[in-house]
Amino acid sequence: MVPNDRKYTRDHEWVMAEGSVAKMGITAHAAEALGDIVYVELPVVDDEVTMGESYCVVESVKASSSVFSAVTGKVVEINEELDAAPEKLNEDAYGNFIAAVEFTEIADDLMDAEEYEKFCAEEA
Amino acid sequence: MEELKKTPLYEAHIALGGKMVDFGGWALPVQYSSIIEEHKAVRTACGLFDVSHMGEVFVVGKSAFDYIQNLVTNDITTMTPGRCRYAVMCYEDCGAVDDVLIYKFADDRYMLVVNAANTDKDIEWMKKNVMGDVQIINESPLWAQLALQGPKFEEVLKAAGYYGEIPAKNYTFTENNIVAGVRCLVSRTGYTGEDGVELYCAAGDAMRLHAALLEAGREFGLLPCALGARDTLRFEASMPLYGHEMSDKINPVECGVDFAIKFKKPAFIGREALIQPKTRQRIGLKVLKGLAREHMPVLMNGQEVGFTTSGGPAPSLGGNYAMAIVPADCPDDAVWTVDVRGRQLPCERVELPFYKRA
Repeated sequence: MVPNDRKYTRDHEWVMAEGSVAKMGITAHAAEALGDIVYVELPVVDDEVTMGESYCVVESVKASSSVFSAVTGKVVEINEELDAAPEKLNEDAYGNFIAAVEFTEIADDLMDAEEYEKFCAEEA
Repeated sequence: MEELKKTPLYEAHIALGGKMVDFGGWALPVQYSSIIEEHKAVRTACGLFDVSHMGEVFVVGKSAFDYIQNLVTNDITTMTPGRCRYAVMCYEDCGAVDDVLIYKFADDRYMLVVNAANTDKDIEWMKKNVMGDVQIINESPLWAQLALQGPKFEEVLKAAGYYGEIPAKNYTFTENNIVAGVRCLVSRTGYTGEDGVELYCAAGDAMRLHAALLEAGREFGLLPCALGARDTLRFEASMPLYGHEMSDKINPVECGVDFAIKFKKPAFIGREALIQPKTRQRIGLKVLKGLAREHMPVLMNGQEVGFTTSGGPAPSLGGNYAMAIVPADCPDDAVWTVDVRGRQLPCERVELPFYKRA
């Protein structure tokens, strides 16, 4: 279920680092908890993001939720498909990143897939 | 935390996998499957809501008519037994105590259906303004209320076994119907912008009625629906929600429910204040990019002039919308934005209601 090609935060975000660029998104668990996602307030390319701070807001029918960055750095790519089709995060949270960041620092308390599954189970 | 109140259908919500929330002190589901799916079921087929948290307050006695005439903004002179009428209870300063639905049984017997979170406050206000021979009786705990909404509602009622007369006209009701073996008062009313009925039954019969309607509705595409869809449906149909579009700070004229305000009536509480020229109005905005929610600043030509009262997606129309309270006189060519976390989201002013049933 939870892919083991990436790492996870306690706020239910995923981060996949390759070289100096990290792609980030939200987990299926987060998307499920939010319900129908109707808008994603994407960051802008060249935005500076900071580890542990919000870089995106996901709007479901009922609520606004901040998405926190697992890295510090500069946005180099955003998933513009989410502009027209925010529901992609509900359909395939792991197949749809939100932003890619060229990072200088990455959180050191990230969980692997197994740890994250356990974390979700304990939280429930 | 104070223990949440439970409606007679609490166990059904749990069994159906409802995502439970604290709604004004009541444990109620915000969704079962998906708010958007539930919303669409009501627009295209049918949805079943538990609205048992609503308050049922009876007004009984020889002075009941005069008392209600003085209490609310609408005129009940033309109401005959079996009719329902929407009205607003105002304070002297014309701020709204609550918006209510009045059911007339007889000249000396009416029922006011009030908002759940306002029930205690309403009853206090109603008792404070008692005149003549009138009794205010809170029957809320005795009643369950189910809303069956959507174009297939009649088929569902018939499939469930309906003995009695389905109220034919909007804002009418019939008593002593037997629906799936349960005695019900049925009114042709709702809060979704769709055709449908609301069924009132004894609290102890609610589980049986609810289960039977779900079962009977399955072949028609009925879904159990929860508060989330109730809100998107009423929002899309631009029906005011107390505490949002109307409140003790937003009077019914500003809210724009003119059809429920009868200044021809010589006196009612709040009339003197309400009849003054209005300074604010409720408008509709289509948010062109982004999503606005309630209590966000609204700017006209770059100047902050008001605030949103509700905002979110309109699932049947597509896109995101907001309702807002702004000055009464705004030029037609004004440029509108909503300030969302410091970003100015471009909007287009649109007519209310956003959604109107064909």
